[in-house]
Amino acid sequence: MISTKSARLIVHVFLIALGIVWIYPFVWMVFSSLKSNKEFLISGTSLIPEDPQWENYANAWTTANFQGYFINTVIFTVATVIIVIVLSSLTGYALGRIDFPGRKTIMIIVVAIMFIPKGYTIIPLFKLVNQLGLADSIVGIIVAESSGAHVLFILMFASFFANLPNSIEEAAEIDGAGFLTVFTRVMLPLSMPIVATTAIMQFIWTWSSFLVPLVLTINKPELRTLAVGMQNFVQTYSVDFSGMAAGATISLIPVMIIFIIMQRYFIEGVAGAVKS
Amino acid sequence: MAKNMEIEQKTEVNSRPKVKSRLRTHKKKKAIWAYIFLAPQIIIFFVFSLYPIIMSYVYSFYNWTGIGPLDEFVGFENYAQLLSQPRFWNSALVSIYYIVGTTVLGVGVALILAIILNDQKLKGKGLYRTIYFLPVVTTTAIVGIIMGSIFGINGFVNQLLLTFNIVDRPIPWLTNGPLAIIILIVIGSWKGLGINMIYWLAGLQSIPNELYESAQLDGAGFWRTLRHITLPLLKPIAAVIILLSLVSGINAFDLVKTLTGGGPNFATETMDLFIYNFAFSAQLGGGQVRMGYASAAGVLLGLFTFVISMVFGAASFTKEIAKIRGDKKKKGGVKA
Repeated sequence: MISTKSARLIVHVFLIALGIVWIYPFVWMVFSSLKSNKEFLISGTSLIPEDPQWENYANAWTTANFQGYFINTVIFTVATVIIVIVLSSLTGYALGRIDFPGRKTIMIIVVAIMFIPKGYTIIPLFKLVNQLGLADSIVGIIVAESSGAHVLFILMFASFFANLPNSIEEAAEIDGAGFLTVFTRVMLPLSMPIVATTAIMQFIWTWSSFLVPLVLTINKPELRTLAVGMQNFVQTYSVDFSGMAAGATISLIPVMIIFIIMQRYFIEGVAGAVKS
Repeated sequence: MAKNMEIEQKTEVNSRPKVKSRLRTHKKKKAIWAYIFLAPQIIIFFVFSLYPIIMSYVYSFYNWTGIGPLDEFVGFENYAQLLSQPRFWNSALVSIYYIVGTTVLGVGVALILAIILNDQKLKGKGLYRTIYFLPVVTTTAIVGIIMGSIFGINGFVNQLLLTFNIVDRPIPWLTNGPLAIIILIVIGSWKGLGINMIYWLAGLQSIPNELYESAQLDGAGFWRTLRHITLPLLKPIAAVIILLSLVSGINAFDLVKTLTGGGPNFATETMDLFIYNFAFSAQLGGGQVRMGYASAAGVLLGLFTFVISMVFGAASFTKEIAKIRGDKKKKGGVKA
């Protein structure tokens, strides 16, 4: 579309300049995490720390308990991802592959609940988790986080399973495979790309989840995730800027790396969301 | 069960009515499996989604601190009080500014970038795409804290402006109400732009190449192609992208809570932060926790979202459902 050489150059200059502005906050974060607090305050706009303070990370990890937050976040995220994959693949398979009475109604409900905001259900959810006696464990947070109907994933699984040829199932059935075997041995392995997309998207969302863990750990500092613990850190150590930057780096780098490695699945999922 | 089926198979192979009934039991068995597969999601949906939704409506009719039984029924008093509280109206206004601002800025700039990056001959477009998308995957609550430092009174942005003598004293980015709303919108747009860009790219890639080729043959330049081919063909997807952006703007909680905390003096308090403050923070909720009052505000926010979705989504959604059904019928995989 854009043909002349100079026009191309201008486009690249624009894209690169914008790209630098775009990720500068993260670059700033990483370099700030290696400054001392004094240097942080007086260094102005200079980026590179004079004498890298690696102990900022050690302090954040142990003293400020980012170690605990990190472990909580990993457990919380992995468990949620697994639950969501199980729920949405089962639901998607039933809706996409089987003709049963009531299918249409369920399909319509699934689409209809897409736009109900979760914000205000957090109050009853908070009460419910307490009533179920899950308030003192990470299980409560996991259950609350994975509770909604994951419409996008259900629809992705449903349309994937619906589009597989019938012959696959028939062949397996002739070989004597029952319904469950067909699902676990044949269909689910075929749907690996959808599983991967679900896993990566849910991973990123749950890793970043804030409201649910914030509310459910209000009286339980030891259960806090990184996103919530960071908030707590800023309130407790309001002047420890480089410690804050170190904590933020610990929190953000894993999810960025996973995104960069798995971005194909993530971007396909996002693009599929708007297309389908 | 497997044994039974084998026997059935052997004996019923040659008799038509029996084949039919066998098919029927097969179908019935599958239907039972379908319900078993749906059960976990349905149970979880009822307990952890539907029940909370219903209860949030119920709570809204009570004066309730969240502790002890629900015994003080007050009818619509919470709603009446909300509608007469300037702080509530202010939060609604801040939410609308944020929603409209992030949609105009985020969706608009994303379209420009998507058109540039859709050029097949552009080198490094994968890298550019990754960079512009990166903020999307980062934790908003952490980004809010980082940005709070960057836009702080002695933060990086002010240092930069002072160094280059663009300003002679630091700008109160986050401590001046209107300015803080603008910063929230800018950061919110930056954070969400990548996702809008991917949406637009998906739309652009669905435009057949032949259209561009024939436009080129007809001598149409870049701008004319854009105006007469690209933009008109993007219209249907534009409605969906705008809707998704509006709805995601309603949930500004993570960013607002961590960046400004709703300050200065509630000037940047969005509706979802208003609800949180009344439900969980006695200090910011006017002296005591008021879960009933917060629930009423939540119901209003829910209705507000519903209205937006209906207005922008109705047309595109009915079309979409029709399309899904059409697809399935054609493929014959499932008879709907």
